[in-house]
Amino acid sequence: MTLGKTAFFKDPINQKLSADEHRELYRLMVRIRRFEERCVQAYQQGKIGGFCHTYIGQEALAVGTISVRGADDHVITAYRDHGHALAVGMDMNSCMAEMYGKVTGCSKGKGGSMHFFDPQRGFWGGHGIVGGQTPLGAGIAFALKYRDIKGACLCYLGDGAVNQGAVHEAYNLAALWNLPVVFVIENNRYSMGTSQARSSAGYPLTKRALAFDMDADSVAGNDLYEVRAKTAKALQRAHELSRPTLLEIHTYRYRGHSMSDPDQTYREKTEIEDYRQKNDPIEHVAQVLREHKLLDAAQEAKIDEEARAEAQASAVFSEDSPFPTPDAIQQDVYWESDHPQHKRSEGVLFFNQL
Amino acid sequence: MALITYREALNQAMRQAMEADPNVLLMGEEVAQFHGAYKVSQGLLDAFGPKRIIDTPISECGFAGLAIGAAMMGLRPIVEFMTWSFSFVAIDQIINNAANMRYMSGGLIHVPIVFRGPANGGVNVGATHSHTPENFYAHIPGLKVVCPATAYDAKGLLLSAIEDNDPVCIMENTILYNTKGEVPESPYRIPLGKADLKRDGKDVTLIAHGRATLTALEAAQQLAEKHGIEAQVLDLRSIRPLDEAAILACVQKTNRIVLVEENRPFCGINSQIAALIQEKAFDDLDAPILSVSAIDAPQIYSMPLEKLQLPDAQRVVAAVLRLGLRGASSP
Repeated sequence: MTLGKTAFFKDPINQKLSADEHRELYRLMVRIRRFEERCVQAYQQGKIGGFCHTYIGQEALAVGTISVRGADDHVITAYRDHGHALAVGMDMNSCMAEMYGKVTGCSKGKGGSMHFFDPQRGFWGGHGIVGGQTPLGAGIAFALKYRDIKGACLCYLGDGAVNQGAVHEAYNLAALWNLPVVFVIENNRYSMGTSQARSSAGYPLTKRALAFDMDADSVAGNDLYEVRAKTAKALQRAHELSRPTLLEIHTYRYRGHSMSDPDQTYREKTEIEDYRQKNDPIEHVAQVLREHKLLDAAQEAKIDEEARAEAQASAVFSEDSPFPTPDAIQQDVYWESDHPQHKRSEGVLFFNQL
Repeated sequence: MALITYREALNQAMRQAMEADPNVLLMGEEVAQFHGAYKVSQGLLDAFGPKRIIDTPISECGFAGLAIGAAMMGLRPIVEFMTWSFSFVAIDQIINNAANMRYMSGGLIHVPIVFRGPANGGVNVGATHSHTPENFYAHIPGLKVVCPATAYDAKGLLLSAIEDNDPVCIMENTILYNTKGEVPESPYRIPLGKADLKRDGKDVTLIAHGRATLTALEAAQQLAEKHGIEAQVLDLRSIRPLDEAAILACVQKTNRIVLVEENRPFCGINSQIAALIQEKAFDDLDAPILSVSAIDAPQIYSMPLEKLQLPDAQRVVAAVLRLGLRGASSP
């Protein structure tokens, strides 16, 4: 692909975008990148613990797919979830604070980087076990169909997840039961430090859809407009035919698998630099927009500046937020113990206390 | 009250829950056309149709996870495992997704789901099919675990479980499916976490759950008849939540405790109850707490030996006699 060139700009789903909407999609991608860069900084400062997987390089994927969803389309993903969270409309503060382990975090500091949730926005996580979220995605689609709601579930997984049994079981159930789910493989080429060639037999991964009579498509994940066009088609199939689709979206991550991966063992720095030069998803959209006179230098600079400021503000917000109090350890475990006025069971649910 | 089987009691509970709430559905292997591998779902397909009584492929991880996803969206699925032994291929879904979901989301999501099926040895099917994993699942905060021993308890606990907003694991028993008991036709609920004193006595308490309750009752009968010892039997019914108050009341009353389970001895339910009693009622004990469990090995296939491996009344009686009790009519 040549940066700034796309065959999908004129696709109906893209053609109906207003100038503002074009710029907002671009802004969202920039916001994700600046947010992630600020996360990296916070992680390096020791403010964020545990595992932290950044989305830098993959921004067009979450933004493109989620931007074409309708009111009844839901989203579930794995642990590299920051991009999806911002794309569904979660604010930086609640995401950053979650990573800081603060009570103002989206999961009150109980989930961390890998477990963001916002069911009000149709965002069902944020899941830490590779592939484990795919049956849940099929289940979300099942529930929509059960209730005769014309919606779908965008269910994301990494290329490293495709060899998990759960994924194959989810594919089978989705195809067998005609569930409105779009499985989106975010193929960033590496399952942690193991390249696709060293982890998965059979290429491309769309081939696996054939075994289940499932439609599949291959997508250039750095082209926002192609991602949107092909996702819209898959969602249409889900809405109108209640059939699943497998999208293999090719993308690339610029940083290590997680912040604890120094990224020195399995690929060359030149590979990353080369990709960035030729394929950067944000630069790509910027060039498309410049060419169509939808983005000028001043707007570009302003968007970038605002995104940096917003990310910085989220770090300050998180820093200033309190940690949860110790009684939070045993809250949000059982619905019933959180709603004592509705408690029906008797006996002991927790066998010690702080 | 009608005299019906444990199997019919479960069937009645599901039927009544499904009549009351369109969000309740049943899925599992062979639950629909085949009427259930153990016929627990007999007739439900005819009553509720294939939208709500759903045959799944042999794909426990897939359909357990799918049902969890549906529960997150507000449906109330009942997932039948043909046996709980098969739940192990779905254990990531049960623990990481059903049990952890509420916590990980900071309380934004809850998972109203029931996992049910038989969990027992003693039926000559070998080690892979004979697991009693109530201790595995009760170990996990976020899950509730119940083990009904009678038809009456089976219906009341299942109805409570289906209406519960947290994930509940119901461990049934294929040997109990044909046992009969008095069961009211109309729906009723037994609160989870409420033990049931199934026989009164003053000398010793046998604490059990699931089918071991029946073993304990048989032992209590023999103790009364042959040894003049009045043993009472406390059926836990529910492992998590646990009726600690009922357990401690028994210790206070009889001062002697024998624990009976079909679970294995190490890190099992009895170990947990024993730890609880020594911590909270040590001064009320007049004798060490004794434990009768399955003999500690994988479940053996060979029939006569399998009978020996699981606790029977004889082993329970022997344990009680080791306490050195002297009954009123003993020589």
